[in-house]
Amino acid sequence: MADIVIDRVVKEFGTFRALQEVSLTVNDGEFVALLGPSGCGKTTLLRIIAGLETQTSGHVVIGGQDVSTLAPRKRGLAMVFQNYAVFPHMTVFENVAFGLRMQKAQQAEVKRKVERAAALLHIESYLDRYPAKLSGGQRQRVAVARALAVEPAVLLMDEPLSNLDALLRLEMRTELKAVLREAGTTTIYVTHDQTEAMGLADRIAVMYGGKIDQIGSPLEIYATPATRFVGGFIGSPPMNFIKVQCSHGTARIGDAALPCPTTGMDMELGLRGEDASLAPNGSGIPFDIRVVEPMGSHLLLTGSIDGQPARIVAPPIAKVSPGERVGLTVDPARVTWIDSTTGRAVVRA
Amino acid sequence: MTIQAAELPRTGKSRSMTLPSARRLLLWTGLAVLLAWVLVPIYFVALGAFGGRLGVFRWPKTIWPADLSLAAMTQFLGIEGVFNALVNSLIAAGLTVVFSILLGAPAGYALARYTFPGQNAYRLLVLLTRAFPLAILALPLTVSFIRFGLYDTPFGVSLIHTVLALPFAALVTQSLFMGIPREYEEAAWVFGCTRFQAFMKVVLPLALPGLAATAIFAFVISWNEVFAASILTVRERTLTAYLLRILSESPLHYRFAGGFILIIPSVLFIFAVRRYLFAVWGIASK
Repeated sequence: MADIVIDRVVKEFGTFRALQEVSLTVNDGEFVALLGPSGCGKTTLLRIIAGLETQTSGHVVIGGQDVSTLAPRKRGLAMVFQNYAVFPHMTVFENVAFGLRMQKAQQAEVKRKVERAAALLHIESYLDRYPAKLSGGQRQRVAVARALAVEPAVLLMDEPLSNLDALLRLEMRTELKAVLREAGTTTIYVTHDQTEAMGLADRIAVMYGGKIDQIGSPLEIYATPATRFVGGFIGSPPMNFIKVQCSHGTARIGDAALPCPTTGMDMELGLRGEDASLAPNGSGIPFDIRVVEPMGSHLLLTGSIDGQPARIVAPPIAKVSPGERVGLTVDPARVTWIDSTTGRAVVRA
Repeated sequence: MTIQAAELPRTGKSRSMTLPSARRLLLWTGLAVLLAWVLVPIYFVALGAFGGRLGVFRWPKTIWPADLSLAAMTQFLGIEGVFNALVNSLIAAGLTVVFSILLGAPAGYALARYTFPGQNAYRLLVLLTRAFPLAILALPLTVSFIRFGLYDTPFGVSLIHTVLALPFAALVTQSLFMGIPREYEEAAWVFGCTRFQAFMKVVLPLALPGLAATAIFAFVISWNEVFAASILTVRERTLTAYLLRILSESPLHYRFAGGFILIIPSVLFIFAVRRYLFAVWGIASK
């Protein structure tokens, strides 16, 4: 078990700056997800931690030891690759045993640990098969078992579920969480799928443009996004951003007024679709409904607030129709104020 | 390679099914012409080799041999010196295989795995060595070989043959290593391998069929090469060089027998490695 400290890591590919001074601390036994759109640098950061890429500057410290210049094999970690990288010329048993064999473990110990990892991932029944005979989900399990068999201090996972179909992904996600909790391994998990990150991680680091925009628990990130990007990236539907004018500590939208943290700035009101409720008498923020989509558990209303596009989630039994104007009430404590010029959230007074 | 091949969708068949019939006719006509171009001469050589002494001179030629006999073949193999030349050929070809793999595979690996300045130029340069006519080099080579004591040895011949085989060895192994995902190696590194161990434990076993094909190809190049072998040897001739000399003063059906013996290994070898040759030129053959 070990903690990971990433200290001002920069990575440049030629003139392109893939990572700009990224710092991140992962506590012992913690599960941190690196979440972001493709090209945000999350995989690059993971590969730098693994030692598969070399950082341009900065340090990676694992368990108190600076591993920045060490080869991957000396970093005491295991990794699950996006395409699994299960060796096709070895049986499942030999795949899972690979790390142990490299550590020159005794045959009996290898057998014991492989069987334990196999039991954890439910792959005991095909230990003597070759990977070509396995399905994608089974190969994925082999890759995870191979990583867990060495009982690594740190486990790195690079979009391990992205090649599975939706149903299998959900199943593996749940199972992965249970398995990793049992193993208690410090884990960094790269994904572009927010539900995966929210469901699995203790903390999420949202990355964008080579920087970490926000680090926090899934709930924090969801409820109080630090930037416009985080608000728009997390949540389905994404957060609505309504441009408003703040004067004298209040922002007026239609005939509704909301307390506003600052004055004299161009502000955006960040509003989650499910944080607004339909006012009984049509008062509050005016919302013009254009499309109504019944999603079963809720109604998804698409329309506009003050001429700006917005999506609102309403109870499934709400009586609304397209073309109608309804009023929304909003809890001022649950909205996010974004500074239009910087794109960063304004801390509430 | 084989693993990737199995996973790729087999699109070839469905595509040819959808071709308009006129184009399909053209395609098959072209194929038939090309096949005839290659196979008909080989067939007539075989006919000359097995069709008996008189069959060689018969005109017009018949498609089927009049009398089938192995006499020409066995007599030919009994000629003095043929066995020694065969051994020389095997030594030269074997050494060519070893040198080509030892020098070519690392070059192919570097081309496949690393980007470095001048990579494309290097790739082209490797091929351009084949554009240099050996005839120009013949005299200086002979002089140097005599000076170094390499003249009239299978080892000396194998050096020249390695030069000829090396471009193909480098390019074929390059496509071979490109077909092995980098992640396999990275996984091996993460799980405790040095770069060399990762290569030996993961890349090499996966590359082995392709490396074998490359080896066979180098073997064929050396086996078939006659010019360099002829000028660089006097007594220790390789089979091709030896045959070239003795066959010019032999009856016609012996020549056919000798020609046939020379053709067959190459045809078989090329057939065995065709998949990897296509891969070099970016044509998938599934």
